Amino acid sequence: MYLSSVSRPVSDPPDAGPRRRRLALVSGNVVALGTVSLITDISAEMVAAVLPLYLVLGLQLSPVAFGVLDGVHTGATALLRVVGGFVADRFRRRKLVAGVGYALSAVAKLGLLLAGRSVPAIGAVITVDRLGKGVRSAPRDALITLSTPPEALGRAFGVHRAMDSVGAFLGPLAAFAVLLVVGQSYDAVFVTSFCLAALAVVVLVLFVRERPTGTAADGPDEPRVSVREAFGLLRSRPTRRLLLAATMLGLATIGDGFVYLVLQRREDLGLRWFPLLAVGTSLAYLVLAAPLGVLADRIGRLPVVVGGYVALGATYLLLSGPAHGWPALALTLALYGAFYAATDGVLIALAGPVLPPRLRTTGIALVQTGQALAYLVSSVLFGLAWQAWGPQTAVRVAAVAVVGVLVVTVLLLASPFRPAPRKVSP
Amino acid sequence: MSAMSTRAKLGVVAASAVLLASVAAGYAAIAAEPARTPPPAAAGDQAVTLAPGPRLLAITDRYVSSVATADPAGPRTVSGLECLRVYAAAGTGVCLRPETAWSYQVVVLDAALHQKRTLSVPGLPNRARVSASGRMVSWTTFVGGDSYTASGFSTRTGILDTVTGATVTSLEEFAITRDGRGYRSPDVNYWGVTFTADDNHFYATMATGGERYLVRGDVAARTVETMRTNVECPSLSPDGTRIAFKEAIDADPTKGWRLSVLDLASGRVTATAETTSVDDQAAWLDDATLAYTLRQSDGRPDVFSVPADGSGTPRLLIPGAESPSPLT
Repeated sequence: MYLSSVSRPVSDPPDAGPRRRRLALVSGNVVALGTVSLITDISAEMVAAVLPLYLVLGLQLSPVAFGVLDGVHTGATALLRVVGGFVADRFRRRKLVAGVGYALSAVAKLGLLLAGRSVPAIGAVITVDRLGKGVRSAPRDALITLSTPPEALGRAFGVHRAMDSVGAFLGPLAAFAVLLVVGQSYDAVFVTSFCLAALAVVVLVLFVRERPTGTAADGPDEPRVSVREAFGLLRSRPTRRLLLAATMLGLATIGDGFVYLVLQRREDLGLRWFPLLAVGTSLAYLVLAAPLGVLADRIGRLPVVVGGYVALGATYLLLSGPAHGWPALALTLALYGAFYAATDGVLIALAGPVLPPRLRTTGIALVQTGQALAYLVSSVLFGLAWQAWGPQTAVRVAAVAVVGVLVVTVLLLASPFRPAPRKVSP
Repeated sequence: MSAMSTRAKLGVVAASAVLLASVAAGYAAIAAEPARTPPPAAAGDQAVTLAPGPRLLAITDRYVSSVATADPAGPRTVSGLECLRVYAAAGTGVCLRPETAWSYQVVVLDAALHQKRTLSVPGLPNRARVSASGRMVSWTTFVGGDSYTASGFSTRTGILDTVTGATVTSLEEFAITRDGRGYRSPDVNYWGVTFTADDNHFYATMATGGERYLVRGDVAARTVETMRTNVECPSLSPDGTRIAFKEAIDADPTKGWRLSVLDLASGRVTATAETTSVDDQAAWLDDATLAYTLRQSDGRPDVFSVPADGSGTPRLLIPGAESPSPLT
């Protein structure tokens, strides 16, 4: 079942070892995690697709009430993500912590049934769902890095993210299929979604392994990771650079909502076609994730990440440039999808080997938290720029920001493995 | 677990899948809505008409119907027209109804409920209004997921001039003056239009930056300007002097809304005797009485009425109905 055998410490630099021919496929653990993500994403997107219908037509809630539901507790999610990552490292139970995250989201689907028309209860259920999502992603990505030799990480994340987005693609279709069969019974969608989420947990329990056998780095004799050691991550220069770069890159991202809004306005698209913009982007993401992951293993992860942000900058330029019409629209969405494909998994593939295996979940959680907070800040900043200068200028400013951030990122990450950098830190 | 063979694990997964699939299928079978009953034939010898008269228009069990103003809880005339929201004035009606299983359309109706015009709209039906003369039509829908908060919710409000055919697909195209100065922002949302007697000016709610404003708009000039905050779903009285609206308690919509009336000349706000939270754009039955929809805990609607001057008590007007509109 498991195709890879990791025979050397995974903390080796990715360009140090000889390439291995037998790594033509990804490890069984990655396939298992990809399957779990695929099923979970069908489940999650089913609910996401019908939630507006349910809240507005089923429960007759008003938009402001829905805005309350949207009060994302970003701070709490961020904290819990890091704490979850640390617990996973300390007790070497990454699978367990990931499993708890998946189970929380599964239970939340049933919670929607029980919440009825109570807005606070629905808000609480949605929060639980997001907490589950926050808790599971770092240990899941850590498991992927720990089950894959460093030189094949790009491919592994590419395959995982592609499977993940297939699920996201199928979710809305599944939801509408259920509604087609049962009429306006949203409950049936929630129950179906719960059953899928539960199946994903079963697959995780049976097929995902805590870690491949025979890796020395955190065998049973190793001392446990302490809080102090976790904080030590922040004192390590490569980790700090990585965190800084990931956060800066997050700041250059204005967010899907804004991209689609600008696109819809400038192309004067019928509002009904609006949801298709996201579909176009995820299609490009789905198709490109695996090939770009493989490319990252061949030519290096940093060049692919840089390429991804170049694609993002080009997306912004197209958004504010003179080209109009369907070809320009398709190119914009393709570039935007390529940006995701070249950065989402590849950045973690880049980060993984920099982080010590003992603290990898904590480290990945920190990277993801830094990015999540940066997204929040950048969307607020972009909103302000829009108010001050209007959408076109705001997007051009964002394009300039991409270039600036990219230069800093390359300077930060081009040599994170040099043993003792001579430079005086700025 | 490690003792289990791959074959055994696959068996467990297959068994779980079968079990969970039957749970889902079983629940779906129980929860499935019975096949839709065909619309009940028009009771009595008359069909629903939008011609002005002493009747109230409403939606009962998804179909447009009318009752006598003198006996609103009494016998009702039910049409075969399925709508989620309806409103009518001077023989013109607007109906927001399903087009396919997941898209909706605005239908402009003549007095005999015949379609005069249809427009596909994005999102889910929320508000519908017709100007007193029957010339101007407006609607609001919710659109999921296109606000910049990623999973946020936004609204789209459109206006149609039935005489010229001119359509504003979204009020977001209009220039905004906020507190005397030009303003723009990606998070602007509009809902709940009510027209003045000149068929050009209107009032509506504009939300931006966490505030909800009463705005006065001009269709010809394509402008809106803010008037005051914490006014939602305005509804102009037939004499044009007052606006009924829902006022968020302590300016916090999470605490619910008090149905209130704003006197435009003095700026004074009077709360009505309705203390239950009202989430509706009220309709004026006459210059002294408001009608609105309240929902029971299971979501079933009832139409209530209450005096507009803060006196009296709320009264159950049309049981089991929603979207009330006087036929004036």
